[in-house]
Amino acid sequence: MPKLPAPPLPAPLKTPPPRPGTGNGTATPADHAHKGAVAVVDWVDERTSLSGAARWMMFRKVPKGTNWFYTLGSATMFAFLSQAVTGVFLAMYYRPDASGGAYESIRYVTNDVFLGQFVRGMHKWGSSVMVVLVFLHMGRTFFFGAYKYPRELNWVIGVVLLILTMAMSFTGYLLPFDQRAYWATQVGVNINGTGPLLGPYLSAFLLGGSEFNATTLSRFYAIHMLLLPGLIAALIGAHLYLVAKLGTTAPPWQKVHRRDELLETEV
Amino acid sequence: MADKRTRHTSKYTLDRGIPGAFEGETITRRRFMTGTAHGTGALAAMSFALPALAFAVGPVFKTNTEHWEVVGKLDQFPDNNYVPVILTLNPGIGEAGKTTVYVRKFNPEIDTDPYDKNMPYIAISSRCAHVGCPVRWVDASERFICPCHGGVYDLLGRRVGGPPVRPLDRFYTRVNGEDVEVGMRFSVNSQLRHFSPRLPGEPLDGIGQYLYPSVPGAKI
Repeated sequence: MPKLPAPPLPAPLKTPPPRPGTGNGTATPADHAHKGAVAVVDWVDERTSLSGAARWMMFRKVPKGTNWFYTLGSATMFAFLSQAVTGVFLAMYYRPDASGGAYESIRYVTNDVFLGQFVRGMHKWGSSVMVVLVFLHMGRTFFFGAYKYPRELNWVIGVVLLILTMAMSFTGYLLPFDQRAYWATQVGVNINGTGPLLGPYLSAFLLGGSEFNATTLSRFYAIHMLLLPGLIAALIGAHLYLVAKLGTTAPPWQKVHRRDELLETEV
Repeated sequence: MADKRTRHTSKYTLDRGIPGAFEGETITRRRFMTGTAHGTGALAAMSFALPALAFAVGPVFKTNTEHWEVVGKLDQFPDNNYVPVILTLNPGIGEAGKTTVYVRKFNPEIDTDPYDKNMPYIAISSRCAHVGCPVRWVDASERFICPCHGGVYDLLGRRVGGPPVRPLDRFYTRVNGEDVEVGMRFSVNSQLRHFSPRLPGEPLDGIGQYLYPSVPGAKI
């Protein structure tokens, strides 16, 4: 089996191999810890070959001209991760009870739980941040022409992720169950219903019946915290796989560097 | 054995020279095994996926049961002005299950529509026919006015301004002894013809009634 190439680290970061005859008798605890860690990583890698995948993913060649705009995708992903983590902890306190328990549990988180206001604030404002970042990322992709062949499928996945993010925002908006949440959801569901033929059925599916009822809130909660996050995580995986597989594009202003001296010597 | 071309045209595995083939056998055992395994997998997946899907979609097809709610005494409602009453559409979820309904006595002078003849009282839903905000009866202007997007309706609930696509919904009414009772919701088009209830934003005039079918759960 061929040896995988070492990652292209800059020279100062590479650890020089130990010189023969030195260091053997004077191993510090740090050296032992280092050796132990290497042994553990090797043990796992021997059985999973994960280091190859990690290297394939992390040490990619990127085109000249790659700049800060290329970080918007990662920024969106970290916004999602932040939503996922804060959401999991909010779920420990939230009660999807339409007869007053939902509002009371949110009030409890906001006013009484240690750091509750902060975690809920992260989730609430983070959702807006995520939507903004999704659009900036989409704009970057569009204006840099990064949606063109062979990356069309990644654009399509990205559009689905955009729609899922919107669905997350919509279903999450009901959960505080205050006046704003209730009426915004009424309006949102009814806008769904204005789609011809399927619209009324989509609205009835969302409401869990022909009108807002006892199961609507728990329906929205389940969609918000189980169905959509799973879909989004899976599609982010596919999105990232295609990014690593196809590579990133150079910005449109990047000129092809012609090495004229080579052309002349060819002749 | 025949050449490749004839070997592939025969449907019997025996003719194709497959070792261990039985006479009359038309499918290789490898294909049969693969198909069986995939079929079993699909069956296993569907055995939980289909019930789960039906479970999630089921409420769409659940029909509402008829219910009547007493809203007041007979002489409580004038025939030229509305009295707001609170109706509990969905019990058990507190304020979220309640809605305001505007009720007045049937008035032969203004309720000339033949469909309204059997209604002893006229009950108008406060749910705006645009996207469902709560409208308010403004006595001075004799209009229902929606605070969200400026929908305006007249005394009969017909749209006179703003974005709504049809008149305000109504409720069936009946007299039970001394009490006025309000029942199920129904929607009306601009001629005040009765339809099964639709969600707001769904027009009922012309082709609208076919483009926006009432879901089974809403049928009355």
